[in-house]
Amino acid sequence: MSVFGWLNDQVLRMTWLNDLVGAGVAAIGLDPASRLGGSVQFFVYDVIKIFILLAVLIFVISYVQSHFPPERTRAMLGGRSGLGANTLAALLGTLTPFCSCSSIPLFIGFTAAGLPLAVTFSFLISSPLVDLASVILLASIFSWPIALDYVVVGLVVAILGGTIIGRLGMEGQVAEFVRTVPVSGEAATMTRGERLAYARDQVVEIVHRVWPYVLIGVGIGAAIHNWVPADVISALLGQDKWWSVPVAVLVGIPMYADIFGTLPIAEALVGKGVGLGTVLAFMMAVTALSLPSLIMLKRVVKMPLLVTFTGVVTLGILSIGLIFNAISNWFI
Amino acid sequence: MIIKILGSGCKKCVALGENAKAAAAAAGREAEIVKVTDFAEIAAYGVMSTPGLVIDEKVVSTGKVLSAAEIGKLL
Repeated sequence: MSVFGWLNDQVLRMTWLNDLVGAGVAAIGLDPASRLGGSVQFFVYDVIKIFILLAVLIFVISYVQSHFPPERTRAMLGGRSGLGANTLAALLGTLTPFCSCSSIPLFIGFTAAGLPLAVTFSFLISSPLVDLASVILLASIFSWPIALDYVVVGLVVAILGGTIIGRLGMEGQVAEFVRTVPVSGEAATMTRGERLAYARDQVVEIVHRVWPYVLIGVGIGAAIHNWVPADVISALLGQDKWWSVPVAVLVGIPMYADIFGTLPIAEALVGKGVGLGTVLAFMMAVTALSLPSLIMLKRVVKMPLLVTFTGVVTLGILSIGLIFNAISNWFI
Repeated sequence: MIIKILGSGCKKCVALGENAKAAAAAAGREAEIVKVTDFAEIAAYGVMSTPGLVIDEKVVSTGKVLSAAEIGKLL
């Protein structure tokens, strides 16, 4: 095994932890090969692994993100349009710190500053969808090629989605008050100490926010992993079933969960033979669209634009799922 | 003085509001804490990351939950 492969297994996938937990499970008299023992091992291992990765990743990523406050992103995007601008917006979307409760003020701030809707939506789609931490977790649970493919297709959805919304000429479909908002606010510069403090606060805040989702997600994952027979799952959601991707998307859209909670479910489903495209479509639907965020968005955009946004993103995710299922033999 | 908390009502905004109240009490200042949840009003301050803290109509912080001690320095 290559050094990189070994490092990847030990550091990112934490195989040592799985062995350790397995030994612990055996020590308390449970057989890791049995259903109950296997569930306990999966649960304990996954919970510990996700929380370790979360804490380290959020710290590092928040430090990087502290260089890209929304004011700076807006300045970088100002005066640009076209495919290049959409691409830049989608890339910056992955770097700008994102909190779903901030997406509406951000939308207003971008639009009021005169950024085209195409650019703003590319940013708004990519920001929750291609989250840096989730990408590294994907690499940890699956593999680097899959994680990188997730980034690429996520960016493509964001760029194309923004472009389509721009082409439809819906600039008038924004609530009137948005255009009249004053544009102000220079991003405050931070010292290194402030950035470190910010990164630490983000870890505390995000772990505090997502831990219930992680526990529920890992619980469901552990149940699927050891209690649901593979033939039942593959009969319902198998790679050869055309409806598996639409079902995954329809189930995922109204769900409001964190990507960190959906990853363990995804992991267990793939282990049971569900297509990678189906699983990615599910995760994207959960993170990119959710009922609470759509209800908030309704306050600043009119219905036709809201429907177009939902439709474009849904179609994008569906296509990604179907394409991935068709070509995933190349990865696994 | 009037301290405004800008935010749509997420947990962070509540925490910031409580810290502001504590800071004002610690500094012995009469302060009225106002929660601004309307997006139009929040946007009117030019704030893009919530929660935002506004003291006497001046935006002093955005996108973070300041501790009571940090707010105390800004009063």
